[in-house]
Amino acid sequence: MSQANTVPLNLTAKDFASDQDVRWCPGCGDYSILAQVKNIMPSLSVPREKYVFVSGIGCSSRFPYYMNTYGFHSIHGRAPGIATGIAAANPELQIWIATGDGDGLSIGGNHLLHAMRRNINARILLFNNRIYGLTKGQYSPTSELGKKTKSSPYGTIDNPLSPISVALGAECTFVARTVDVDVKHLRTVLERAAKHQGTGFIEIYQNCNVFNDGAFEYASDKDVKLDHILYLEHGKPMVFGKNREKGIRLNNGNPEVVMLGNGISEDDLLFHDENAAEPTVAFMLSRMRHPEFPEPMGVFRVSKQPTFEDRLMAQLKAAIAKQGPGKIEDLFDDGETWVVE
Amino acid sequence: MSTTLTDSPHQRPKQIVELTEAAVRLAGDSGDGMQLVGTQLTNTSAVFGNDISTFPDFPAEIRAPAGTPAGVSGFQIHFSSRDIRTPGDKVDALIAMNPAALKVNISDVEKGGIVIINEDAFSKTDLAKAGYANNPLEDGSLDRFRVYRVPLAKLTADALKETGLGAKAVERCKNFFALGIVYWMYDRPMDVTLNWINDKFSNKPDLAAANVKALKSGYFFGETAEIFSISYRVAPAKITPGHYRKITGNEATAIGLVAAARSINKTLFFGTYPITPASDILHQLSKYKNYDVRTFQAEDEIAAVTSAVGASFAGAIGVTASAGPGIALKTETLGLAVMTELPLVIVDVQRGGPSTGLPTKTEQSDLWQAVLGRNGDAPIPVLAASTPGDCFYMAHEAVRIAIRYMTPVILLTDGYLANGAEPWKIPDLKTLPTITVSHPTQPNDPKGYMPYKRDERLARPWAVPGTPGLEHRIGGLEKADVTGNVSYEAENHHHMTMTRMKKVLGIANDLPKLTVEGPEKGDLLVISWGGTFGAVSMSAQHVRDKGHSVAHCHLRYMFPFQKELGTIIRNYRKVLVPELNTGQLRQLLRAEYLVDCIGMNKIQGKPFLISELEEKMLSILSNK
Repeated sequence: MSQANTVPLNLTAKDFASDQDVRWCPGCGDYSILAQVKNIMPSLSVPREKYVFVSGIGCSSRFPYYMNTYGFHSIHGRAPGIATGIAAANPELQIWIATGDGDGLSIGGNHLLHAMRRNINARILLFNNRIYGLTKGQYSPTSELGKKTKSSPYGTIDNPLSPISVALGAECTFVARTVDVDVKHLRTVLERAAKHQGTGFIEIYQNCNVFNDGAFEYASDKDVKLDHILYLEHGKPMVFGKNREKGIRLNNGNPEVVMLGNGISEDDLLFHDENAAEPTVAFMLSRMRHPEFPEPMGVFRVSKQPTFEDRLMAQLKAAIAKQGPGKIEDLFDDGETWVVE
Repeated sequence: MSTTLTDSPHQRPKQIVELTEAAVRLAGDSGDGMQLVGTQLTNTSAVFGNDISTFPDFPAEIRAPAGTPAGVSGFQIHFSSRDIRTPGDKVDALIAMNPAALKVNISDVEKGGIVIINEDAFSKTDLAKAGYANNPLEDGSLDRFRVYRVPLAKLTADALKETGLGAKAVERCKNFFALGIVYWMYDRPMDVTLNWINDKFSNKPDLAAANVKALKSGYFFGETAEIFSISYRVAPAKITPGHYRKITGNEATAIGLVAAARSINKTLFFGTYPITPASDILHQLSKYKNYDVRTFQAEDEIAAVTSAVGASFAGAIGVTASAGPGIALKTETLGLAVMTELPLVIVDVQRGGPSTGLPTKTEQSDLWQAVLGRNGDAPIPVLAASTPGDCFYMAHEAVRIAIRYMTPVILLTDGYLANGAEPWKIPDLKTLPTITVSHPTQPNDPKGYMPYKRDERLARPWAVPGTPGLEHRIGGLEKADVTGNVSYEAENHHHMTMTRMKKVLGIANDLPKLTVEGPEKGDLLVISWGGTFGAVSMSAQHVRDKGHSVAHCHLRYMFPFQKELGTIIRNYRKVLVPELNTGQLRQLLRAEYLVDCIGMNKIQGKPFLISELEEKMLSILSNK
C-alpha cells in the first residue's frame, strides 16, 4: 500500500522509501544500491508517481517493494517484457528495472537482449554477484569457469558471460559498470543513466556475503582496488594505479598495461571516447578482466538514438495526421460491403 | 431444381439450372494461387447476396515439393440461396490443377459431381509425383463424375500471347483462367474480381491487364467452348436485411478488440509473436495505428504476453494472441495476471496438437489448457466464439469481462473460424454491451491506497502509474488481503485463493441467458461449443425435421458455465457432446454436473460433416 501523503515539491530520499521492511541478508550489497537509488531520485525532478520499478525474480528483484513508487515484481527473467509494455502504453513514465545475473542473463537473457536493441526508455540495473542467491548458492552465468558451488561440486564447465559485452553486442545505447560499495561512483553512474533517453544498462558488482563473499574484493577493497580497476573518463587517457602510475596502451590493436615514465607519457595511452560511433573499442574494454587487466568502471558507451517509444508514437501520430482518428464504422466497411433489402 | 433457358448477354443462349446451393473446391499446388482465387469467389458470392461459408485448407509447408499430395492447397466455398452454416459436406464441383490435387480431393466430390481438370499437368512425371500408377483420366476411376478436361496452361498461354509477359508470369495467371470458368459455370458477375485485380496491380498495369484477360478468357471459354452444356445459378439468399460484409474469424477478432477499446477511449496494446493460424490478427491490427492500436511483435511468446500485462498495468487494454503451443509458453504469465488481477485478453486460435501438431488444421483441443492448464489454483474465464462473425462479439465480450472483473480472459477460436469466412451483418454499435472503466484518482482508504480492496463483484481497483498519491506495488507473490503487501500467512493465502475463485465464478451472474434450439425437454440434448456450431445446429435441425426429439445447446462461455446449463442438461434422457478432441468438454460437464455424456470425437484436423453428426444422433435415438 502507499502512504496517503500528498506529493511535496521538494522530495527527499525518505519519500521514496516504502513502508515495507527490507529483507535482504544483513551485509548484502543490495542495501547500498537501494540507498543510492533513493538518494538520486529527488534530484531528477521527476514526480514520484511517474516512477515505475519493475523486476523479475531473485534477491535483487525484491527492489520494487522497497520503493514508494509504482512497482511490479513480476516473474523470473521477464521484467524487460513487462517494462516494454508499460513503456509502450505510457511513454511518460520513468522506468527502472532491477535484475541480477541469473534473472537477466540466464532465464531472461532473450528479453534483456531485445529490450536493449529496441532501446526502450528504461534503466536496467544488473546486480552481478556471480552466484544464485535466492536459491541458495548455485552457479550463475557469470560465475568464473571451474567455480565450485552447491550445484557444481567438481567446478563449473561452462564459460561465463561478460554482461557489458552482451549489452554492447545488443546495441544498447548506454552501457556502464560500477561497484555496490563505491558509493560516489555508483551515484554518478545512476544519475547519468537516469538522464539517458533509451536503455541505460548498468552492471553493478554486488557482493553476496552469504554465498559468494568477496567475489569482487579486488574491485571494492579500498587498499587494492586502484590497481585493479580503471575509472573511465570521457576524453581522458586511461590511467590507473594507486599512484596513477599505470595506463592502457594499444599495441597492434590489443590493449596492454604500461608503466608511465621512461619515455611513455599519457599522450601515448588510449583516450576514452564514450560517444564513439561504433562500440568496437568499448567492446575491447569489456574484455579486460582481472587479474591480467584493470577492469574498467564508468560509462563504456553512450549513443543518442530515438527510443522505442519515440518511434512508436511517431508512427501513431503520422497515421492520425494522414488518416484522422479512426472510426469504428470505417473498420466495418473495410473491403466490399452490400445491402440486403 | 428447375431448368430454364435464358438469353445470355453474349451470343449463345445457354441452359441454366437453378440450384439452391453449391459447394465448389479449388485445389492445386501451394504456389498455384488457390487461396487467392478462392477468396475472390467468396467475395463475389457474398456481394452477389448468397449466404456463404468457406473452408481454406492448406499445408504447413510454404512450398512443399511441387506436384506432390503434401503440397496441395485447397479452398472450399459453399454458397447458397438459403441459410447455411458449414462449407458443405460434399463438393459439387472440384477444380483440380494437377494430379495431386485430384488425388487428395476426389473422395470428397459428390457422385455425379463436376470435376474440371487441368489436363496440361497430367504428364507421366506429374502422375508419378502424385503417386498415380495409372492415369486416372484413362483408367475409368473417374467414371462416376462429370469430368471436363481443359488444357488450362495452354489456353492461358494462348490468351496472353499478345501481352509480352514472360512464360513464368503467364503461367501464374492460369488460376484466374480457371476462376473465369467457374464464374461462367455458376453465373457469377466478374466485376468484384475485376476491380480487385485493377486495384491490386495498380502499379503494374501489364500484370493487371494479363490477369483481367485470363479471367475473361476463362469465362468466354466456358461460354463458347462446346464442352460445358449447362451452367448453374444460385440465387441470392433471403437473409436478414441490413448492411453486410464478408468477414473471417481473425478479422472479426481484430476489429472486435478495437471496437471495445475505442468504446472506452483506451489504448489497445497487442503484444504477440507470429504463429499459425493467429498471425492474421497481428497483420490486421498493425494497420490500425490511427485507432491508437499499439502492436508489438515481441521476441517470443513470453515477451508477447508479459508486455501485454505491463501495458495493462500502465492502463492500456493488454491483449495477446497465439495458438496452443504459444499459449503453453505464456502459461506462467497467465498465473501472474491472475495474481496481480489485471485485465488481459488472451486469444487462442486453436490448431491440431499436441506440440507443433497440425499447424494449419483445425481442432478444439486447447479447452483443458485454457480452463485448467496453470500451476496453482488459477481461475481464468474462458470464452469461445461460434462462427467467424461471432469472433467480433466474443472479442468485445472478453474485453468487457476483463475490465469489469479485473481478470485475464481467454478467448478460444480455431483455425476453421480464423480462416473461414461468412457474410456478416455489420453491427449497430449502440446495441453492443456497454464497457465501463474507471481508474481511481484518490486513495480508497483513510490509510492510503489499498490495491486489493474489492468492489461488490470482488474486483480490485485499477490505479494507473502516473496517478499522484496512489503509488503501490504488485507482483506474483501472494498478496495480503486489502493492502496488497506480500504475505505468506496461511489464513490469508486460503482466503485470497478462495476469493479469486469466487470472483471468477461470480461472472456467471453477468452472462446472457443460455437457451436451446428445439424442445425444452426430450430424448436427446446435443451440447457443442466453439467452431462446431454450424455443423451441429444444422444436423440437429435435420434430425428434428425427421420428427425426433432433439435439442441443441451451444456454449460460448466455457468457464464459468452459464447458470442455466445445470437445469438444461437434466431435461433430456441423453446427452451427446460432439467435439474435435478426445472429449474435453464432456469431462468438464461430467465433473461439474455429475451427468453421463456420450462423446463424439473427431481428431482429423477437419470440421464435422453434417451427415456424420446426423448419423450419430439417429443411432443414439434408435437405441432408446
